[in-house]
Amino acid sequence: MTVTAAFFYLFATITVASGFMVIASRNPVQSVLFLILAFVNAAGLFLMMGAEFLAMILVIVYVGAVAVLFLFVVMMLDVDFAELRQGFLQYLPVGGLIGIVFLLELVLVIGAYVVDPGLVRTPSVPIPAPDVMTNTEALGQVLYTRYFYFFQAAGLILLVAMIGAIVLTLRERVGVRRQDITKQNARTQETAVEVRKVPFRQGI
Amino acid sequence: MEFGDIILAVAIMLGKSLLMLVALLVFIAYALYADRKVWAAVQLRRGPNVVGPWGLLQSFADLLKFVLKEPVIPSSANKGMFLLAPLLMCTLSLAAWAVIPLNAGWAIADINVGILYIFAISSLGVYGVIMGGWASNSKYPFLGALRSAAQMVSYEVSIGFVIVTVLMCAGTLNLSAIVEAQNTALGIFGWYWLPLFPMFVVFFISAMAETNRPPFDLPEAESELVAGYMVEYSSTPYLLFMLGEYVAIMTMCALGTILFLGGWLSPIPFAPFTWIPGVIWFVLKASFLFLLIAMVKALVPRYRYDQLMRLGWKVFLPLSLAMVILVAAVLMITGTAPGMR
Repeated sequence: MTVTAAFFYLFATITVASGFMVIASRNPVQSVLFLILAFVNAAGLFLMMGAEFLAMILVIVYVGAVAVLFLFVVMMLDVDFAELRQGFLQYLPVGGLIGIVFLLELVLVIGAYVVDPGLVRTPSVPIPAPDVMTNTEALGQVLYTRYFYFFQAAGLILLVAMIGAIVLTLRERVGVRRQDITKQNARTQETAVEVRKVPFRQGI
Repeated sequence: MEFGDIILAVAIMLGKSLLMLVALLVFIAYALYADRKVWAAVQLRRGPNVVGPWGLLQSFADLLKFVLKEPVIPSSANKGMFLLAPLLMCTLSLAAWAVIPLNAGWAIADINVGILYIFAISSLGVYGVIMGGWASNSKYPFLGALRSAAQMVSYEVSIGFVIVTVLMCAGTLNLSAIVEAQNTALGIFGWYWLPLFPMFVVFFISAMAETNRPPFDLPEAESELVAGYMVEYSSTPYLLFMLGEYVAIMTMCALGTILFLGGWLSPIPFAPFTWIPGVIWFVLKASFLFLLIAMVKALVPRYRYDQLMRLGWKVFLPLSLAMVILVAAVLMITGTAPGMR
């Protein structure tokens, strides 16, 4: 039990510390790397709760794909660090105000939060024990039956977002010579090479 | 659990890991040698033949050379990250071997989501490349890093779908159970390479792209980017990068063996052949896949970057998506899906 607790505090401390470093570090690339560290440690916390599937998916999706794109973008930014820190005092009142309002809201919401006692007593779908069903299977059982429409709706939203991004950035430029692979593969020697008899000192 | 039990468990785990690491690294040393020999043979050269009998000790000589040389760190590089990148790459690719079952029950950690773990770890390998490229603070490494980021993310998608098709047939995420699911009376013809042959091909090609192996070694591309993200690296940090790359290739070979070639199972499922220990079959199969990858390196010219992207997104992605639907439909109609039997 002590080992579990020790690991929990290890992961939790690193998660919180790296979350703080995300906003505290001056170099945006370092911020993203700390974000990744936070993700990985959150995956560790998931593992400790027995949610192995969620832990692995968190690493695959967030660390393996999303954060790579973040890093990709941040590295290409031409950031002047001195300029970035210049207007700090100027924006402090507004930023501080927003922060305080947000903190108050969070305190109000969390302070008033109670789990519905009826919900705890009779879960509509009983949660299977880990030795009966792996949690991948358990997730699939509810995701594709009970929450099927929500699942589909989430997929649709992502699809719309993806197509939207493509539409926004697609630029049809004229006069660009593109490679048409099917056309290239369809070429034969007859259509590609032409042998001509060139008259001497006349050219074609 | 008592404190003594915990210490004992940790010690056993450490011992297993150490054994696995040493065996793996020695195997990698000879895989590297074999890679160079195969490459040489295709080009009608002799390859390494000076150090030791038939050049067998070449990899160890290279190791000593790398370790004894002076590490050069560029003055404008981000020092911490510059050194962290190769370490990360090497550690991550070695970490994947924690779940690979070399024989029935031989995995260091036989976890339920083994395949997802390998997928997660191999998708993290890109950070070594990106961090190395960025921390070098130089143009060629940075271009190499950008290429590699796009390339590895693209091919992960098709590898993901390949894994999904195999999982649908096996009905489990546990690597040992995937191998056991291929254990039929048909032997070699019961493994998944035959019914899922198109996916095996997609997996093989994507594995090469995922590990930056020729013909997809655009992140290093010595003819245009000098050596890509590794330009500024020398000595041990370079060695770690190269080691990480080869370990990642072996991981992909092992994964291909588990998913498609029946892991430790004997190809002919009766008496004299089943007496041979499974680990020998496993190593033979993984070596066969490695031989294929080594041959591809020697035979196929490097892809152009737009061709690489086209292959990943316009060919493999639709193909593997279609195969996922097809396999799911076939399993559903014939009633052979793992949950329905």
